[in-house]
Amino acid sequence: MGEFKVHRIRFFNHMPSAIRVMAFNSHTERLVVARADGAVEIFNFADNYYQEKVIPGRDGKAVEALCWVGRRLFSAGLDGEITEYDLENLRPRNSMEAYGGPIWTISSNSQGTLLAAGCEDGTVKMFEVLEDRIQFQRNLSRQKGRIISLSWHPTGSQIAAGMLDMIKIFDAETGHATHRLLVERGLQRTSNSQEVVVWSVAFLSDHTIISGDSAGKVQIWDGITGTLVRTHLLTKWDVLVLAVSPDESSVIAGTSEGTVVQFQFISSTVDQQDKQWVRTRTFKSHSHDVRALVHTDTAVVSGGVDTQLVVRPLLDKVEKNTQESAMRKIIFPHRNLVSCAKKAGLLLFQFSDHLELWRLGESDGNGKPGDRLPVKRNPEKLIQLKRKGEDNICCSALSPCGGWLAYATVSSVRLYRLQLDNNISINKVSKLPKELNSVHQLSFSSDSSKLFASSILSSVIVASVKELECKYLHTFKPPSDSRQPVHLLSPSEDGNWLATANTGGEIHVFDVHKLKLHCSVPVCGSCPTAVSIHPFSCSLVSVHADQQIFEFSLKQKEFTAWSRKLQKQGMHPLWLQRDAPITRVTFNPNNPTHILLHDTSMFCIVDQILPLPEEKTRFYNQSVLQSLSLGERLRNSHAFKVYRNFQNLLCVDLMEDHSLVVVERPLLDIVSQLPAPVQQKKFAT
Amino acid sequence: MVEYGDIRVVYRGGSKINFRKPVISNDSRFLLCASGESVKVFSSVTEECVHELRGHTGQVTGVLLRPSNHLQVYSCSTDGTVRLWDFTDGILVRTYVVGYPVYSIYASLNHKEVVFIVTPVCVFVFAELFQLVAVNLPQTPDQLVEARDLSAVLSDVSSNPSTIAFGRGGEYLASVNNLKMEIYFFKKNKSYSFSLREYTKNGGKNTFTCIACHPKDDCVATGHDDGKIRLWRNFKQKKEYTYSTLHWHHSAVSSLCFTPEGTNLLSGGVESVLVQWRYNQENQKDFLPRLGAAITHVTVSPDGALFSTSHSDNKITIIQSCVKVSAVIQGLVKGENVTTGLLVDPRSKALVLNGRPGHLQFYSLQRDKLLFHLDIVQQEYIHEAGLEQFEVVRAAFDASGLWLATVEERKQKSAELELNLKLWSFDEQTQSFVLNTTVSAPHEARITAMCFSQAADSQTTTLVSASRDGHFKAWQLGLPAHTDGTQEWPSWSCDFVGAYHGLVPRCCCFSADGSLLAVGFQEVVTVWNPTSWELLTTLSQPPGDVRNLCFGQLSCSKYLLGSNNKKMVCCWNLLTCSLEWSTSMDVSLLLVDSRSENMAAFCCQDGSTDLFVFKPSEPRPLFSQKAVCSGRVIHAVFTPREVMLESSEESSQWLNRSQLYFLTEFMDLLTFSTKAEEEKLMASSKQLVIDDTVAMTPFYLLLGKHRHEHLGNEESAERTPLPQSSVAIKELLQTPAHVLPATSFLCSMFAKSLLISVTETSFMNSLSVLSAVAVKL
Repeated sequence: MGEFKVHRIRFFNHMPSAIRVMAFNSHTERLVVARADGAVEIFNFADNYYQEKVIPGRDGKAVEALCWVGRRLFSAGLDGEITEYDLENLRPRNSMEAYGGPIWTISSNSQGTLLAAGCEDGTVKMFEVLEDRIQFQRNLSRQKGRIISLSWHPTGSQIAAGMLDMIKIFDAETGHATHRLLVERGLQRTSNSQEVVVWSVAFLSDHTIISGDSAGKVQIWDGITGTLVRTHLLTKWDVLVLAVSPDESSVIAGTSEGTVVQFQFISSTVDQQDKQWVRTRTFKSHSHDVRALVHTDTAVVSGGVDTQLVVRPLLDKVEKNTQESAMRKIIFPHRNLVSCAKKAGLLLFQFSDHLELWRLGESDGNGKPGDRLPVKRNPEKLIQLKRKGEDNICCSALSPCGGWLAYATVSSVRLYRLQLDNNISINKVSKLPKELNSVHQLSFSSDSSKLFASSILSSVIVASVKELECKYLHTFKPPSDSRQPVHLLSPSEDGNWLATANTGGEIHVFDVHKLKLHCSVPVCGSCPTAVSIHPFSCSLVSVHADQQIFEFSLKQKEFTAWSRKLQKQGMHPLWLQRDAPITRVTFNPNNPTHILLHDTSMFCIVDQILPLPEEKTRFYNQSVLQSLSLGERLRNSHAFKVYRNFQNLLCVDLMEDHSLVVVERPLLDIVSQLPAPVQQKKFAT
Repeated sequence: MVEYGDIRVVYRGGSKINFRKPVISNDSRFLLCASGESVKVFSSVTEECVHELRGHTGQVTGVLLRPSNHLQVYSCSTDGTVRLWDFTDGILVRTYVVGYPVYSIYASLNHKEVVFIVTPVCVFVFAELFQLVAVNLPQTPDQLVEARDLSAVLSDVSSNPSTIAFGRGGEYLASVNNLKMEIYFFKKNKSYSFSLREYTKNGGKNTFTCIACHPKDDCVATGHDDGKIRLWRNFKQKKEYTYSTLHWHHSAVSSLCFTPEGTNLLSGGVESVLVQWRYNQENQKDFLPRLGAAITHVTVSPDGALFSTSHSDNKITIIQSCVKVSAVIQGLVKGENVTTGLLVDPRSKALVLNGRPGHLQFYSLQRDKLLFHLDIVQQEYIHEAGLEQFEVVRAAFDASGLWLATVEERKQKSAELELNLKLWSFDEQTQSFVLNTTVSAPHEARITAMCFSQAADSQTTTLVSASRDGHFKAWQLGLPAHTDGTQEWPSWSCDFVGAYHGLVPRCCCFSADGSLLAVGFQEVVTVWNPTSWELLTTLSQPPGDVRNLCFGQLSCSKYLLGSNNKKMVCCWNLLTCSLEWSTSMDVSLLLVDSRSENMAAFCCQDGSTDLFVFKPSEPRPLFSQKAVCSGRVIHAVFTPREVMLESSEESSQWLNRSQLYFLTEFMDLLTFSTKAEEEKLMASSKQLVIDDTVAMTPFYLLLGKHRHEHLGNEESAERTPLPQSSVAIKELLQTPAHVLPATSFLCSMFAKSLLISVTETSFMNSLSVLSAVAVKL
């Protein structure tokens, strides 16, 4: 496997933000997640839950509600604006003030023609969804008290609104309230005067209304007569969110205790039709409030204050003991937040509101594998750079020589010249070409002379950087008419090539010297999660969200023999069962046949010489191989050498002095920074 | 059980009443439970045993109300029969012979005249495999019916009766075994099975322990080893089934039960708390705590008014509407071990042994009822695993029953042994024992044996205690002391300390007249004079330590018998001080009957116990039985009979004056019964059949006799012309009405019997009888 000196780094205090709200588009199978810092993330459920797009948030813009209208995504927040996102350029497209105070909820009817927004001032505002914008249509009759939650009847004729102490049902045609359902105040909490907040309502097609409230109740109402059918007391705390399955046979409720409770619409006796809502399963996958829930056909997706996105398949809907039935927890982003200056030994950590530049420690000791080496020089933080403006940082890059630093927000790009010799200085490059205005990925070429930036309409801008100056050189346009954003930029080590990948799954290779397209890699079904060009053999290695690995020769413009062999034989089942995508591909210059890959739970060296693992062979065999003799070891080893001693990896990269940088973020550190969960009585305490 | 001539080993008295789920009658007046070889009918109000339904010859393993007639009850037993009883009158109606041991019984209204029983898959091979079998009960008026029409329903079921239940109206049947649940639908003849993983991620054990089906909805509740209750629904699909989990119990749920309307679910476990869950509102639950001991079964009366819980300390509690304990039926308490052995209180003739922790229980075998518990330790018992507490280890009564001596000890791991000797005197006024003297640390080591001098007429009573510290001590009651005008009770004090060459005394025994004391010091038996405390003689038969010692009684009082751990029994003649005879037997227990010369020896051989009853003076044993029970018998006692038996047979004469009770390793109290005795018992229950129409009131005793004579005259006058039909009429009149087949069925038979009559008068007579019968029916 080879020996490396490892920098094991745990000082990247990356803290994911709490999940606030989610929405699922069942046609495109995209889940959108809004976090407390305003960031909106889009996950592709059809493509192994890959986090395709991230739209960074900005200060003072907390997203309270999300809504898909067809393929368009709308959000609303306590700033009183309804925002539509541009999913191709990863930025808000336009915002519209609703003039009703903070907006608590938005909901569209099933036809996708109207958008209803519940406001602080007690109005439900109807907006017409037009081609390019939304237009205010009218107010439903104004109520006292804020509108917390909204739910359309599937036919669009009625709309239910959860308020303080009550639920109102409006006729969508006339705009008048037809029913007023009074919700009982909490029985358990002492202060009876405290109002009960109806956090969530669901209007089903048989006119059943289900509500979840701050007294911990889930109540089932008959929407035609306006009567209470049944009360289920779930918790002493709040029921924060409800979600209905697409076939309306199951409802899930998320509580402050971190539990998700399922209710199913089942007949009480086997052969009869009279069905009722029965509380069935309880899932406990969160330690804190469950703030957002989605019920897909086969799974329960939940997220909350503990920042994890949990996909729990319902075992009665999926085949047991398959990859589909495994529970998934998505904790870390599926993109790189760490940039390494390979030559200078520097690390750049990206936070949402600042950047940190660290110099790696040094050690001159030697030791056996597994030993701890004495540290000669401690790692030190050189620069902490706060971002300018209100927008959060969306990407950042550090040049391999360590002389340049760039970051981008939704609105601007900033480039800095670093002097780190004896006294640290940082100088902003003041004049940037005007083409660099909307950027969502940045990268420097290996000789640090060029800056690549992915921009609107799937284009890539090339600029040369030299001596406090940045000059626009060229724009690479994709040969296809894809408008999906480029999310991966990978310049080759020899400086000849630039590989780009966009979320449409296309990979293009450009010739940097001739400034033109070299070739395109045939598109496969899954989105690439990491691409890189081999420094010697000029082949492009791409890893995809479905865990497939391809190697494409740039000279022959075809897949290499190894890649075809790998495809023919297929990946090992255990490799396919891993649930995190590979986020970085690097190569070992000492050993050209080695490819280094890593995801959050392991890093792996793929040795192209060794035989590929068969389906029957033991896949995770490193610990077994250690105990075998040399001859046995050679006979039993296979191409995938998986090393799992490091956990929760954010970055694994090889520096120029052949030391390995491993950035870990232990889960315990994240948990310790979370707010205290609600009080719960535990048995025997 | 094993038969030997006409003497049988039977369960009589003190048997488990918590063995199987009890049954409450429809009117909630009676509670029926399996108890040994009989079914006991208790009044749910007065706690008294009303009837005992005897007839099975093996342990009763299930009681079940007949679904089509709520006044009748089925019982099943390991003897391979299912019996139908009328429990209000205590009559055996019918016996169905199945031919296989039955471990539990189920029935539902949906399946007329079919019962479902659990039997072993193969009778001859001892394997833990059981199957559920449907038995068609043939409808014949005979008393003894062969029911051989069996059809297997489910294989691989558990023998535990709480793991099978009928669902809504008997449409399906649910069974759990280990990690698998199987639901069988009768209509479709199809079963669905669901299995769980053995351990959950949090380490909980998922093994099923019990099951209950909702009476109205399709919902099955299962209890699990980790204390969870799962409510299964939608189980008619293989895949889309669903369950919800309730968790309150911290260890295994032992019993589950739905109330008849299905509004509540009751559960119980080792916490000894009855939990009542609201169906569909499972967050709301009610508790009835402090029920005394771990709950083993929960049942509800058919009207839902009464709950009953069976407990691990052989107790049934009857609870009114989940709030109030209204009655407690207490059986013989059986702890983990009986350290005091079996004793008989000479005054009340009650059996005395360890009961609740720190108590002695007094159990009347004649009435089969627990009389009272005597608190010996007088300290609060703390329920905590691994905590060592004071336990009563020895007890002895003097011959008159005036004095009771008890020893309690506590051995903590790191601390010294704590010992207390307590002497209790019987108080005539309060009719109970009062503590007289407490001797703390009477010996330095554990007390191995203790006995009172036997003579009932002697003025002073002596207690001898032998201990591992190498001494035996004699204790005597001091003289009443008068100080300052207030009379103090005389107390006990040590009179003599004896030792023999530093050997450890293991047993001690007084002769019947109290003139001799024998103490066994390892291999040597020393004989002492208890008045002067001089060592009279030593007897020895090495090798082997003396384990049991007893003096002969009555005409054999010159003999001293001892058994040692080297499989020898010796009999010494005390007049010649020589060995009379010895034989090689591994005697685990040697007993003497105080009412006769008989002695009983339990010998352990090949994992089972043999019994020999003999007289020391005679070479042939009076009675011997091989393989009385499996395992070792450690405790046994002769109890005097209230009424002497008149048995002429030689082999059963030793049971005339007293009965022999013994405890097996599995804490079953067994005794020996003769055929004559059983016939007498059966006769007493048969008597009820004839007189069931007339209550035995004093008024009846005065007038009934007179009427009887009168009636007899009349009948004889009537009967003369109708000698042929009398059998049919008698059958009609004397069988209880509800036991008879349908009138239409009887009519033809009855009419046929009439056909033979010739004269007109007799026809008229029989017509009048017929109309009378019709009225009665």
